[in-house]
Amino acid sequence: MTMDHKLRYAPEVDRLKATASWRLSEVGFWLLTIAAYFLLPRQLVLLSRVAVMGLFALSLDLILGYAGIISLGHAAFFGLGGYAAGILAQHGWGEPLSGLVVAGMIAALLGFATSFLVLRGSDLTRLMVTLGICLMLFEVANKLRSLTGGTDGLQGVSLWPILGIWSFDLYGRTAYGYSIIVLFLIFLLVRRVIHSPYGLALRGIKENQRRMHALGTPVARRLVVAYTMAAGLAGVAGALLTQTTQFVSLDVLSFEKSAEVLLIVVLGGSGTLYGGLIGSLALIVAQYLLSGISPEYWQFWIGIAFIALVFLARGGLMGLARGALALLHARWHGSEIPSGG
Amino acid sequence: MDAVLETRNLRKHFGALAVANDVSLTVDRGARHALIGPNGAGKTTLVNLLTGALAPNAGRVILEGVDITGEPQHRRVARGLARTFQVNQLFPGMTPLESVALSVAQRRGTTGRWWPRLARDGEAIDEAAELLDRLRLLDCAHEPTKTLPYGRQRMLEIALALALQPRVLLLDEPAAGVPEDESVELYATLAELPETVAVLLIEHDMDLVFRFARHITVLVAGSVLVEGSPEEISADVRVREVYLGEADHG
Amino acid sequence: MLTVLFDGIASGGLLFLLALGLSITLGIMNFVNLAHGAFAMLGGYVAVVLLNRWGVPFLYCLPVAFVVPALAGLVLERTIYARLYNANPLDQVLFTIGIVFASMATASYFMGSQHQIIQLPPFLQGQYHVMAGFDVGIYRLFLLGFCGLIALFLHLVLMRTRFGSRLRAAVDNGRIAQGLGINVNRLFAITFAMGSGLAGLGGALGIEILNLDPVFPVKFLVYFLIVVAVGGTGTVGGPLAAALILGIFDVAGKYYVSQIGAFVIYAVMVIMLIWRPQGLFGRRAVD
Repeated sequence: MTMDHKLRYAPEVDRLKATASWRLSEVGFWLLTIAAYFLLPRQLVLLSRVAVMGLFALSLDLILGYAGIISLGHAAFFGLGGYAAGILAQHGWGEPLSGLVVAGMIAALLGFATSFLVLRGSDLTRLMVTLGICLMLFEVANKLRSLTGGTDGLQGVSLWPILGIWSFDLYGRTAYGYSIIVLFLIFLLVRRVIHSPYGLALRGIKENQRRMHALGTPVARRLVVAYTMAAGLAGVAGALLTQTTQFVSLDVLSFEKSAEVLLIVVLGGSGTLYGGLIGSLALIVAQYLLSGISPEYWQFWIGIAFIALVFLARGGLMGLARGALALLHARWHGSEIPSGG
Repeated sequence: MDAVLETRNLRKHFGALAVANDVSLTVDRGARHALIGPNGAGKTTLVNLLTGALAPNAGRVILEGVDITGEPQHRRVARGLARTFQVNQLFPGMTPLESVALSVAQRRGTTGRWWPRLARDGEAIDEAAELLDRLRLLDCAHEPTKTLPYGRQRMLEIALALALQPRVLLLDEPAAGVPEDESVELYATLAELPETVAVLLIEHDMDLVFRFARHITVLVAGSVLVEGSPEEISADVRVREVYLGEADHG
Repeated sequence: MLTVLFDGIASGGLLFLLALGLSITLGIMNFVNLAHGAFAMLGGYVAVVLLNRWGVPFLYCLPVAFVVPALAGLVLERTIYARLYNANPLDQVLFTIGIVFASMATASYFMGSQHQIIQLPPFLQGQYHVMAGFDVGIYRLFLLGFCGLIALFLHLVLMRTRFGSRLRAAVDNGRIAQGLGINVNRLFAITFAMGSGLAGLGGALGIEILNLDPVFPVKFLVYFLIVVAVGGTGTVGGPLAAALILGIFDVAGKYYVSQIGAFVIYAVMVIMLIWRPQGLFGRRAVD
C-alpha cells in the first residue's frame, strides 16, 4: 500500500479508531471511584461490594453482551472462586494476590471444561446446562460440609496484608482500594479484548453466527476462549468477595446469585462495558437504601424489575442515558433525533 | 480448462426425500457458471454441501485437486471458498466498515488475537474501506447495517464474501428481492468481479443469468438435467419444458 | 428395591404431569417458560387453602387446582406472554425469571415460608405390604393410576382428535399451520392454559411428596427442564418416558447414595445432554 492509498481512507480508519478511545465520561467515572475513597469513608464496605459485583457482572457481560451466551448459572464460577480463595486462606495461605490468581485459574478450568457442553445444542440446552452446573456445584458444596462449612459458611478466613503492607481493616479502606484496583486492571484487560480483532469476532458471533461460519471463523474455538475467560474473571470476583469480607457461604453458588448478576448486567445495559458497573452500583445502593423492608417485598420488586426491564428499558440504564444524551444533543443542535441503534 | 471446484456423485437425502441425486458438477478456473432450476430443485442445498454446512450421504467435493469432503466450513473458507446467502446474513448492529473489516481480519487470521487493538491495524481497515468504495458503499460505511436499504445490504453481503479474497465464489441468488433501480449496480459489480475468481451463480433472474454466465447447469429435483453454453441451454427442449411446465402450474 | 422402583415411577408420573405443559409451550411457541413452576405452585397453594382453611375434601380440590392456574395462565398468556413469542431468548428469560420471583415473594408473603402440610383423606393413606422389600404406598398407587390415566387421555386427545392434530401441526410448523387456517393464537392460548392447569394439578398432587414451599418453582425448574430437553416436544410419550427415568433415578439416588442426593439428577442431565443434545425422543426442542 502506498502512502497515498493509505491517506485516501484515513478518515475511515480514524473514525473506527475513535470508537475505541477513552471518553471524558469514562475518565470521570474512574476519578470518581478514587474520590469516593475520600468523600465516603463510612460507605467503603458497601462500595467494595459494588466493585466486586461490578467485576462479576463485567465477566458475565463478556459472554452475554458480547458473545450472546445466556447463562443462568454464572454464579458457579463466582462461588468456586470464592470458596477456592476461602479454603486456601483457611488452611494457612492468606496471601491475597496469589489467592486471586489461584481462584481465577480454578474457575477458568471449570469454565473450560464446561464450555463444550454450553456450546452444544440450542438456547434451551444452554440454559439448562448452565443452570444445572450451578445447582450441581451448590449441592456438592452443601454436602461437603467439612470442607465448605455448609450453610454456616467458612470460618477462620484470615488474610495477610496485601504486599505485606496494607492489612484489611474494619472500615473497609484496604478492601475498597484493593477491590477498585483489581476491578480497574481487569476492566482494562476486558476493554482491550473488546477492541481487539477477537472482540470484533465475538460481536460477529453474537450478531450472526451463521455468517461467522461462512466467513471461516472457528466459532466454537472463539466461544470456548470467551467462556473460559469469563469464568476465570468471575472466579476472581468471587475470591475478591471472600477476601474483602473474610467470609464465604453457600449463597455465592445459588441460583439467586446467578439471577442477581444477570439482573445487574441487564439493568446497567448489556454489551456496554460499563453496564455491569453501573448496574451493580444501582442495585446495591437500592438494596442498601431499602434495607428496612422485608425480604419478600424486595424479592417481589426485583421480579417486577426484571419484567419492567424487558418492556420498558431493554438497554438498561446505559441505554436510557444514551437516549437522554441523544435527545439533549438533538435539542441543543436543533437537528433530527438520530434513529436508535 | 482446469477444474477449480468439482463434485463427484454427490448425494444427500433427508429421510426418503433425495435433495441431491448423484450430482457431478465441475466449475472451471475463472468460470462464470450459473446454476438454474425450478424452486425446490436443491440448488441451495448444493451450495450448503459445497461449503460444508451440510454433510453429504455419499460423494466427494474437490477443491483445487484436494478432497475437502470431510472438512469443516472454516477450513474450506481458508482454502478460498466463499459464499453469499439467499437471505442476507449480515451483522445488523455493526456498520459496513466493521463488518467488512471483520471479514478482512478473519482472512488475515487475526480474529484469534485479543491483545492487539483493531483500530491499529490500519491496513485491514483500509482494505475494508477500499472494498466498500469499490462496491459504492463507502458513504454509508458508518451506519448500522440494519438501517441500510435492501439493495445496499445485498451489496454488503457480496462485499463480505469478496473480502475473503476467494478463489471460488458461490453466489446464492444475489438479485433476489433487489428492486429494479438498484439492480444496475448489482449487475455492474458482478461484471467487475476479478477474472481469477471462479463464480458459481445460482439465480432465477434469467436476464442476469444470460448476461453473466458462460456456462449453465440445470438442476431439477436434485439431479443435473443438462449443462452447456447459454445458447445450448436456451434452445434445449427439456429446459423449456421444465420452466414452461412450472409456469403452467404458476 | 422394588419399593424404590415403584416410588420412582410414581414420582416420575407426577413429574410428567408437572412438566408436560412446559414441553408443549416450548414445542409450539418456542418459548422457554422458566416460570412454569409458578403455576404448579399456585395449584398447590390453592389446594392447601381449600383443604386446610375451608375443609374441602381432597379429591374436590384437584379440579380447582387445575382450573385456577389454567385461568391464570390464560390471562397471562393473552396479555403478556403473547407479546414475547418472537422476542429474543434473553427477553424471555428475563421476563419469566421476573414472574418466578414475584410469585415466590407473593407465596411467601401470604402463605409463609414453611413446608405446607396437609391431611390426606384416610382412603389414600397407608400402604400395602406386597412382599419383603416391596411396600406399595396407597397414595403413590393413586398417583400412578391418576397420572397414567391422564397420560392416556392426553395421548388420545393429541392423536385422535382434531384439536390434537391442529396442535401437532402447529408444533411441526406454526407458519404453515396458520396458512392452513388454524387459529394459532387460540391454539396457543388454550394450550398454555391447559399446560398451566396440568402443572397446577401436579402441584396439588405433589404437596404430599414434593414439599410445597415458596422456593418450589426454582427448586424443581431443573427437573422440568430436564424432562423437556430429554423427552423432546410434540409427543406425550417422550416427556412421559423422560419423567419416569428421571423419577426413578432421583428416588434411587436419594435412597442408595444419599450423601450425594440431588447431584445424581444433574449428573444424569449433563450426561444426557452430551450424548443426545436433541433429546432422546423428540426432535430438537428449539431450532
